[in-house]
Amino acid sequence: MKVRVDEDKCCGAGQCVLLAPDVFDQREDDGIVILLEVEPAEHLHASVREAAAVCPAAAIELSENA
Amino acid sequence: MTDTLSSAEIPDFPMARAAGCPFDPPPRLRALQQEGPLARVRVPESGGTAWLVTTYAEQRALLADRRVSSDVTRPGFPIPAPARSGGIGLSFILMDDPEHARLRRMVQGAFTVRRVESMRPAVQKIVDDMIDDLLAGPKPVDLVEAFALPVPSLVICELLGVPYADHDFFQENSKTIIKRSVAPEERAAAGGRLARYLDDLVGRKLAEPGDDLLSRVAERVKAGDLSRQEAAQMGVLLLIAGHETTANMIALGTLALLRNPAQLALLRESDDPKLVAGAVEELLRYLNITHNGRRRIALEDIEIAGRTIRAGEGIIMANDIGNRDPSVFPDNPDELDIRRDARRHVAFGFGVHQCLGQPLARMELQVAYSTLYRRVPTLSLATDLERIPFKHDGAVYGVYELPVTW
Repeated sequence: MKVRVDEDKCCGAGQCVLLAPDVFDQREDDGIVILLEVEPAEHLHASVREAAAVCPAAAIELSENA
Repeated sequence: MTDTLSSAEIPDFPMARAAGCPFDPPPRLRALQQEGPLARVRVPESGGTAWLVTTYAEQRALLADRRVSSDVTRPGFPIPAPARSGGIGLSFILMDDPEHARLRRMVQGAFTVRRVESMRPAVQKIVDDMIDDLLAGPKPVDLVEAFALPVPSLVICELLGVPYADHDFFQENSKTIIKRSVAPEERAAAGGRLARYLDDLVGRKLAEPGDDLLSRVAERVKAGDLSRQEAAQMGVLLLIAGHETTANMIALGTLALLRNPAQLALLRESDDPKLVAGAVEELLRYLNITHNGRRRIALEDIEIAGRTIRAGEGIIMANDIGNRDPSVFPDNPDELDIRRDARRHVAFGFGVHQCLGQPLARMELQVAYSTLYRRVPTLSLATDLERIPFKHDGAVYGVYELPVTW
């Protein structure tokens, strides 16, 4: 799995950090997403998928066959 | 054209809840959801009509659609009552990007998951102190006054740098602004008072900055990124949104749990933070206190669910019924089940306007629910359900009073 985030789309709601704190963080000044793991370990995939699904701004893109 | 109903048949929105079902959305909304994603409604507040969207998938799609606007100044906007608060505006929640994002990002850093988590011990202390006072005081007591309202008010005051001593003033004015049944002049006056108060406070932060969010906003005024009026409006928004919503969730959530004793017992007897967090999500889904819907306007023609929403038409997403959509929450969506996976609810909205303070709201609710029932295990209603005054007329649903004893 490969993860891409779009900082321009991100609205900083923080749901991804709640769901997958090993993969996502937020910038301190404006709350915008920081991607910690471009290729997260397999045991994190389910939570990353959930994070992408609940992201209100569609700022998380996954490619599953990478 | 899909709009074949005569105007006499178009129902008004918002709709009334059924007697004796204070936690459920209006039955008419359920009926409309079963008929299909979109319906026409009349919006007495604006004197016009709008599309009412009742299904979860279409609500999310439209709230995330860039052809849909939050700009309340556009003609035909199906305006919610609080928007007409005498020109104070409610800052970026009524704007579109890029202006919305520019303003929101100035304060978003104060609400990151990490920042909010660092506040948890302080919130725990506020909650514990409040319960100490509650237990030492007389009973029965109004839980709204004694706990539900002061906890989030103290928290947002601390975060913003608003003196808590002024709480009577801002709580009273907030109440007026978000009440549906208030005369426009009265609402405008309350809005004006709050705006002047925040403007004055921003002035004080400019002169004597502290370690708080309003001081950081004032810094942006000094740097020329923000006008003083914009700063004051932002302050009004954060102050109102920061205490009214959470307060209503604490009180209404407590009532819902008292009426569902098995669920309350589960929560009270667990020390699993995951179960507590799940209970908060489920209560957010089930109660969906923003019961006036998310209001928008179409900027272009939008094809959705076999219909066309025309440019300039108002759109209202009824998130309360969206959160009861059986296609997303298949197992008895009208039941409170704190072990349900409810995280996909739209109680905080969806799209780029999704609640800015949601990490804070979640944390405060987790601390409040997990502490109150554990420390007051015999908590019970001190009156009949029929005698509890519900905020049917509020922009935010809840209870005006919740008499409890133990």
